[in-house]
Amino acid sequence: MKLKYFAWVRERVGKAEEIVEPPAEVRTVGDLIGWLAARDDAYAYAFEKPTVIRAAIDHAHVKADAAISGAREIAFFPPMTGG
Amino acid sequence: MTITATIRIQEADFDVAQEIAALSKGRTDVGAVVSFSGICRGSEQGEPIAALTLEHYPGMAEAEITRHADEALSRWPLRGLTVIHRFGRIAPGENIVLVVTASAHRQAAFEAAEFLMDYLKTNAPFWKREESARGTSWIEARDHDDAAAARWTKP
Repeated sequence: MKLKYFAWVRERVGKAEEIVEPPAEVRTVGDLIGWLAARDDAYAYAFEKPTVIRAAIDHAHVKADAAISGAREIAFFPPMTGG
Repeated sequence: MTITATIRIQEADFDVAQEIAALSKGRTDVGAVVSFSGICRGSEQGEPIAALTLEHYPGMAEAEITRHADEALSRWPLRGLTVIHRFGRIAPGENIVLVVTASAHRQAAFEAAEFLMDYLKTNAPFWKREESARGTSWIEARDHDDAAAARWTKP
């Protein structure tokens, strides 16, 4: 699946997008955040406060308990500040 | 009559008067047009800023604004609706966002415009970064924006 990062999440991770294949036990958005945070210091920094991070699956907002199976694109970003 | 919202996500500026005219010109069924323009301030938290840079999530920005525009069209008897949101670098005094609602009577136009702005603030995937003499920093989301959006949730 493709992951996308925006704003300071993107800056901390150090890339705007990537393709990942998480193991089968990573079932939810929350699981995916935990799996990414364990990769290295940059990801750990980006996801140090998981409750602040917002997520979207295929362009729709989702909560941390949302299942990731079948997702084409998952995005992580800070609370939005548009308008 | 089915109304389709006009939604544009663009880097270029827009002409507020032209967008208002587009929803009312030559119409006799529109009795009220409300427009909200969001404009870049020259300061944040009392500190002067040089510019804002808006990052957005292409594809989701359109999808999210369309979803809320469709909800506004279903909740209020609108005769026209335009939402424009800019991205990229925006200097103080320049336009950021525009919502224009047209209806037969003012209440629907006022309420729908406010509903859309409240949701754009908290749900549309845009992020503002400010440039000032001290460098650049991401603007933090405000709790009162979440509260403003929450009041439109149906019981």
